[in-house]
Amino acid sequence: MKPCTFEYYKPSSMEEALDLMHQYGGEAKILAGGQSLVPAMNFRLATPGILIDINGLQDLSYIKEHRKHGVLIGAMARYSELEKSDVVAKKCPLLHETIPYIAHPQIRNRGTMGGSLVHADPAAELPAVMLALDASLRLRNKDGERVVAITDFFTGMFGTAMKEDEILTEVAIPHMPKRYGFAFDEVSRRHGDYAMVGVAVSLNVDRKGRCEKGKIVFFSVGDAPVFAEKASQLLDKQNVSEELLENIANVASSEDIEPGSDIHASADYRRHLAKVLTKKTLKRAFDKALA
Amino acid sequence: MATRYFGQRIRRNEDPRLLTGQALFTDDVNLPNTLHVAFYRSDYAHGKILSIDTEEAKKRPGVIGVYTAEDLGDYWQRGPLLVPPPPIKDIVFNERTQVPLAKDKICHAGEAVVMVVAESRYIAEDAVEDIEVDIDFLDAVVDIEKAMTDESPLVHDDIEKNIAAHVVQEKGSYSSIRDKAHTVISRKFIYDRGTAAAMENRGVVANWDERNQQLTVWDTTQAPIPIRNGLAAMLGLSQSQVRVIAPFIGGGFGPKIMMFYPEEVLIPWVSKQLKRPVKWIEDREENFFSTTHERGQVHEAEIAVAEDGKILGIHDVFVHDAGAYAPYGLTVPINSQCTLLGCYDVPNYYSEFTAVFTNKPIVTPYRGAGRQHGVFVMERLLDLAAQKLGMTPVEIRRKNFIPQDAFPYDNEIIYQDFSPLVYDSGNYEPALKRAVELIEYDKFIKEEQPRLLQEGKRVGIGIVSYVEGTGIGPYEGAKVSIDPSGKVSLVTGIGTQGQGHFTSFAQIVSEVLDVPVEDVRVVTGDTLEFGWGAGTFASRGAVVAGSACHEAALAVKKKIHKLASEILEASEDDLEVSGGNVQVKGVPDTAISLGELAAKANPLRGAVKPGTEPGLEATSYFGPSRGTTASGVHAMIVSVDPETFLVNIERYIVVHDCGRVINPMILDGQIQGGVAQGIGNAFYEQLFFDENGQLLNASFMDYLLPTSLDVPKIEGDHIETPSPLNPLGVKGAGEAGAIPVGALYAQAIENAFHDCNLEILEIPLSPNRLYEIISQNKTKEQI
Repeated sequence: MKPCTFEYYKPSSMEEALDLMHQYGGEAKILAGGQSLVPAMNFRLATPGILIDINGLQDLSYIKEHRKHGVLIGAMARYSELEKSDVVAKKCPLLHETIPYIAHPQIRNRGTMGGSLVHADPAAELPAVMLALDASLRLRNKDGERVVAITDFFTGMFGTAMKEDEILTEVAIPHMPKRYGFAFDEVSRRHGDYAMVGVAVSLNVDRKGRCEKGKIVFFSVGDAPVFAEKASQLLDKQNVSEELLENIANVASSEDIEPGSDIHASADYRRHLAKVLTKKTLKRAFDKALA
Repeated sequence: MATRYFGQRIRRNEDPRLLTGQALFTDDVNLPNTLHVAFYRSDYAHGKILSIDTEEAKKRPGVIGVYTAEDLGDYWQRGPLLVPPPPIKDIVFNERTQVPLAKDKICHAGEAVVMVVAESRYIAEDAVEDIEVDIDFLDAVVDIEKAMTDESPLVHDDIEKNIAAHVVQEKGSYSSIRDKAHTVISRKFIYDRGTAAAMENRGVVANWDERNQQLTVWDTTQAPIPIRNGLAAMLGLSQSQVRVIAPFIGGGFGPKIMMFYPEEVLIPWVSKQLKRPVKWIEDREENFFSTTHERGQVHEAEIAVAEDGKILGIHDVFVHDAGAYAPYGLTVPINSQCTLLGCYDVPNYYSEFTAVFTNKPIVTPYRGAGRQHGVFVMERLLDLAAQKLGMTPVEIRRKNFIPQDAFPYDNEIIYQDFSPLVYDSGNYEPALKRAVELIEYDKFIKEEQPRLLQEGKRVGIGIVSYVEGTGIGPYEGAKVSIDPSGKVSLVTGIGTQGQGHFTSFAQIVSEVLDVPVEDVRVVTGDTLEFGWGAGTFASRGAVVAGSACHEAALAVKKKIHKLASEILEASEDDLEVSGGNVQVKGVPDTAISLGELAAKANPLRGAVKPGTEPGLEATSYFGPSRGTTASGVHAMIVSVDPETFLVNIERYIVVHDCGRVINPMILDGQIQGGVAQGIGNAFYEQLFFDENGQLLNASFMDYLLPTSLDVPKIEGDHIETPSPLNPLGVKGAGEAGAIPVGALYAQAIENAFHDCNLEILEIPLSPNRLYEIISQNKTKEQI
């Protein structure tokens, strides 16, 4: 379990990092927190020829509020920084609620927001939560930058819309609407494990308590985080009721997802868990929005 | 008997070294000019080797040597059969042991094929990737029940139907009572594979010193002396030329007493070839394939009971997964066969097993060593019978316990140590009673459970009992000597893997010589210091080596009395050893310190009289006539989330009887650790093999060990029924925590769903599996 030989660069500025990406592109891997990449390299599942360590870049771990764009988070912000951030707690409560579910404290001290999104592990929490929050991602290369909506970002198993020479620099999470509710939950074998199924719910209601906009997003049930489109649509203009929750949970678990089987959970069990979690989290999200 | 040291909660002598990171482990041995080893291991579980191309690997800068089976010449030999088949009538036994490097055929995934020696492990691993091995892929033998069929492929071409062994043991006549029984219950039980997953993987460092013609080997083995003896024989050296050191080891649990692992054969050999130190440290991925596994049995079992719940007989036919090779003979399945009988008076017993070879890693004993399978089957049968008869699990166990006055109790079959399975002593009823009290069994059933069920909570209670054969021979030894400083040195041959030997053994000696425990310096597992003995296994350290420590301390005490009687001109009977001194009883003015006496026993002038020895030193050996039988009762309360089927342990009680307790704190630790491993085996850990014999979860990401969040604090109590078979009255305790946990989980979860006709007949469980079992909603009317 020793990695293959690789060349190691540690740029001290973004420009230098982008130059390196321009030069090496597909051969190179960005080293952020290393919590997925380094084990993969030790198992020789990943064998990058070039490693570009961006831990030397000073200005990439901010968490700040922006009047127009919501909460802006630098790609190198560690999970533990998100966990302790007042801005996140107040302005992105769904994210705040999610962080403790991610792995263990030691891993959260190293792992980064950007690393998790770019790695695009279908079993990871953050991609699903960002999908539920309608985040947008700022990508840079030597030629400039572009902003990609999270809905266009994930392209399949460990796949993203990033170009070979791009670096993710920032995530923007829009402001919460009024009468906002949210919930996160997952079922894992042990605390900190990858979930067998997880779900993030984000919604807001009108003055009469009817859902205006709601998003239900699953993870660990497909090749990428899965937006439960049919179920989410059923929320439209609805007041919360037992029947509604039951109906939506049924649709979400039977129509919106196509989970696979592995050694920890069969597809059938995953659907069952998706249903259980959908009901629980939707109820909690409504309760918060109506409070 | 009043004691000062024996039986006390004394802090461990070894902990300062361990807790401050000062203790020496094998990977800490860094000698100048050390070479490093990596292995090419087969990706396939079964296949014929057509060709091996190592040319590219040899060319890689930094590579010193690349070795295949051919390169080993005559040194290539199969490993020894460690335990020959016991003397049981009509036994079938087909011997097949492991090889250092696969020569013609691959028999399991991960089997070593080529050894690469290089200047660093990095280079060695790079060179492994340069190697090309052309393998003709064969269908793999994976399912143990199908392994015995005519259609099955053969793991070893000359062993028909993959049968490693077939054994029948019988007591009384089951067939004669079956028809007379009030109730007969038959079920199929499955106990699947797991791995010990010790915190420290295996490792070997060898250094051949050409000038001194001396080989030193640091090895994570539980049996340094047999390793020394074997290496000397294989390498054509005298035993005095080989020193094997088993330093501190991060957990043994049985797999580290497999002999010889290929690496243990190869690393010393290649060090001698290259005349340089050579190091191999197993990584976690290798550990999943190349360290031995355990579990893996399927039982078709039947219990016949009378109307009052009395067991009339048990009939059990099972298949045991031996893995690709069986160096340990029949130890594991014989343990299952014998331990099944448990604490119960079973007048008629028929037990038949077939051990089969499969294309999976080797199976050797791992904490419990087959005992949990037997316990699982027996305890489950009792639970099913109790339910059928309208009895509680407590009642049916109490009904069938061997009564206290029936010991020694002869089970009339042969145990793993080849002796008849005779329980030396036991007293089961008080342990059951105490466990019932501690867990408040009746209150739970009558009040708590109905109340919680009303709130929609699924909670269940379980209570199971078991015996554990411990402390088997052949023998161990110990050397005790007193320094002129007054401190005591104690050396024993067995290795240590965290059991607290540096303290328990010291306590035994301290009790005899009345010196503080911290003044007894203990050395274990270094063949240069002590060269006779077998090793640490079968919960035997305290019983066998501990008794040897006791005998040696007594012999030293005798020498103290003898020499002091000459100096003090007093009768030996009038002397006492007390507080580090020897004196005439009750006359402190006559006191001579033990250090002073030791100096006098090693004079610089004058002669040591004929027939006497210098020093206050003695070596003693202890070999028990047969094993001691420990026992216990485990009880727990679980809650099961009725939606997710996640299980949480609310309370866990162990009432344990291992005879006289040397150090209750160390014993508590053993029990806590054992239960943790048992919980892992029952609910978290499972090795998944696909139809090609590929292990699907060879990492801690997917092989789930219980963490501190999943293991509750164990509550409990001890019952002390001394063993008559050793001077200390002790019995083994190392495996007790792990043995009955599977049976307990099954009973407690069933109890949580007592209104749902749930039957749990397999281990390990998981939330996914519980969901499946409950969804299938099996009915109980299959009887």
